[in-house]
Amino acid sequence: MDVEAAARQFVEEHRGLPDAEFLRARFDAGLAWVHFPAGLGGLDLERGAQSAVDRAFAGTPSNRPDRIGIGLGMAAPTILAAGTAEQRERWLRALWTGEEVWCQLFSEPGAGSDLANVATRAVRDGDGWIVNGQKVWTSMAHEARWGLLVARTDPDAPKHRGMTYFALDMHAPGVEVRPLRQLTGEAEFNEVFLSDVRLPDGDRLGEVGDGWRVATTTLMNERVAIGGRSAGREDGLIGIVAGTWRERPELRTPALQDALLRLWVEAEAARLTGRRLRQQMAVGAPGPEGSAVKLAFARLSQELSGLEVELLGEEGLRYDDWTMRRPSSVEMTGRSPGYRYLRAKGNSIEGGTSEILRNIIAERVLGLPGEIRVDKDVPWKDLPK
Amino acid sequence: MSDLLYDETETELRGAVREFLDDRAPWQAVLEWTELDEPHDTSLWNGLTGMDVAALAIPEKLGGAGASWRETAVVLEELGRSVAPVPFLTSSVLATAALLAADDHAYLRDLATGTLTAALAIPFTTAPGVVFRNTVTNDGDRLSGTVTSVAHGLSADLLLVPTVEGLFAVGGGDVDRTAVISLDRTRPLADLSFDRAPARRVAVGDLPLDHALSVGAGLLASEQLGIAERCLDMTIAYVKTRYQFGRPVGSYQALKHRLADLWASVGQARAVARHAADCLATDDPDVPVAVAVAQAHCSAVALKAAEECVQLHGGIGFTWEHPAHLLLKRAKSASLALGSPSSHRSVLAELVELPL
Repeated sequence: MDVEAAARQFVEEHRGLPDAEFLRARFDAGLAWVHFPAGLGGLDLERGAQSAVDRAFAGTPSNRPDRIGIGLGMAAPTILAAGTAEQRERWLRALWTGEEVWCQLFSEPGAGSDLANVATRAVRDGDGWIVNGQKVWTSMAHEARWGLLVARTDPDAPKHRGMTYFALDMHAPGVEVRPLRQLTGEAEFNEVFLSDVRLPDGDRLGEVGDGWRVATTTLMNERVAIGGRSAGREDGLIGIVAGTWRERPELRTPALQDALLRLWVEAEAARLTGRRLRQQMAVGAPGPEGSAVKLAFARLSQELSGLEVELLGEEGLRYDDWTMRRPSSVEMTGRSPGYRYLRAKGNSIEGGTSEILRNIIAERVLGLPGEIRVDKDVPWKDLPK
Repeated sequence: MSDLLYDETETELRGAVREFLDDRAPWQAVLEWTELDEPHDTSLWNGLTGMDVAALAIPEKLGGAGASWRETAVVLEELGRSVAPVPFLTSSVLATAALLAADDHAYLRDLATGTLTAALAIPFTTAPGVVFRNTVTNDGDRLSGTVTSVAHGLSADLLLVPTVEGLFAVGGGDVDRTAVISLDRTRPLADLSFDRAPARRVAVGDLPLDHALSVGAGLLASEQLGIAERCLDMTIAYVKTRYQFGRPVGSYQALKHRLADLWASVGQARAVARHAADCLATDDPDVPVAVAVAQAHCSAVALKAAEECVQLHGGIGFTWEHPAHLLLKRAKSASLALGSPSSHRSVLAELVELPL
């Protein structure tokens, strides 16, 4: 029986179950993410088989992928790659059903682009670890049950070699989550303060000292997760601005028209580039062009949202709401143009700044010489802070 | 949905054309040739058309190879890379597209083999989707008037001349032609004058001209992609080997970031140019938008690439003894050819309903 038929049969047989039970049963049947191993929500199939399964499950209880994006996109691939059999068994099911939300505890006030500079310390204590430090830019920390934590375990080793990767129980004593209010007025993110948090060694992912390698797995999946969907013409911000242009003839000027058309062309070029990339992936030959997608997206969203505010004139001076909200996902279309303009400023910072992405393209794709590094073979504790 | 990849045949075709051009049209040879004051490189043209590339878009029953504009676009990418001084865009694309649309079969067989070259007698800046102003009139089958800035107009064996009544074919010997000192010497222009020149009508109406402009502009984007790629490759290779202050200049972020941005733009140009070529090959209803987007985008990318190529090469890039200027001149004149980016944006404003 093919997998789509199996999925349809499953849906028939489990109709009417409460949401959580339905999702757990779907996971146990291997129909959650079919490319995962059997017994862990999958059937060891090709990634491509998933779309037929998703079609069959349309209209059934959802695990709200928008709410558990970090779990699906980063935690799951990391647990699969670095976790023990016991850890995979323990974490993946509740991760996929959405019963346990995951967050990512990587960035720190002193470790942004230079992520390998993390200063949060994990010190051995009997059969566990004691963790102290501060993390920042943590989406969903206030709703999360688990956090992907990178901490320094050996300050005497050079920076990349002295880190270890853990899953942190966000309900453990000593974990304090505070909202981090951003320039839009809301708080999508958090600061997480860790004070003498006790962590069992069984929650370590990968070997002691191997944290950088494990973190790289997580980050590679983060970049894949951003910007992969198929878009129609005028999908996204360009559609909003073009719509305003069509509905409001009184706002039009020749200079704004040319600015809009330039961005319309850029948006279309970005859309076709995405199409070409997906076509390459479909024939199993993904090119390096993917690393440019986020760069183009960030620039385009900033320029478009800036143009929208200018186009609106007096209305552009108004804002919708400065109250500190706690949204669980970014909603660019549901808010005012001013919000879009401000929120878009984050697009060239979050998930790797545009400057770091240019370095990566220049060095890994174009083969240009790397930066001169003064921090590579020096013990982390001796680096200037 | 448009196919934006290259299939196996297209990849093989690219390999063969590149090998030929690397051998027969290295930049030193192109530069030398531009100083000879010849209208086009006949020996290069004969070699190139010997590979059947001029026949690609012509159906087999009309003496062609029965491929499509997609394969033709791949040839243009390679010709852009090498800045080869051959009348491929003018004869094998513009004139051929006009005759295919006119359903006139008298010349296609010879155009396919390259033994005949033809040029559309229009200023090279003429854009698709814009009202064309005729400067030649016909009195029965006699043509009078002038056309300026016709690309490869000096060497064409046959001129296809639009008048208000249709499209006419005139033998090269019946036209008074003046060579123009051209910005891009690899694609020289000529001013044409007709004084009751004997002509043969090949079509009634504007359709062949409109179709030719659309195909020409859409495929020029592939030539521009080739120019941009060559500029990028050359510049990357240079900054890796050029040392200043004891380091390769390519190790400085000021240069790395510019090249990373350029590489990203070239990747986009490829998707956009392939979309236009595929739409033209499949007669997709999206052709007008695809062509306007391709020209607005790829013109700018090729120009940016050529300008960065000059700047990032520093002093050597400003000299006659370096290929950068050949690419710069081609990129700048190609950005004006068949409609500037701004004229294509104006056309687009109507097509996608973003009026003033």
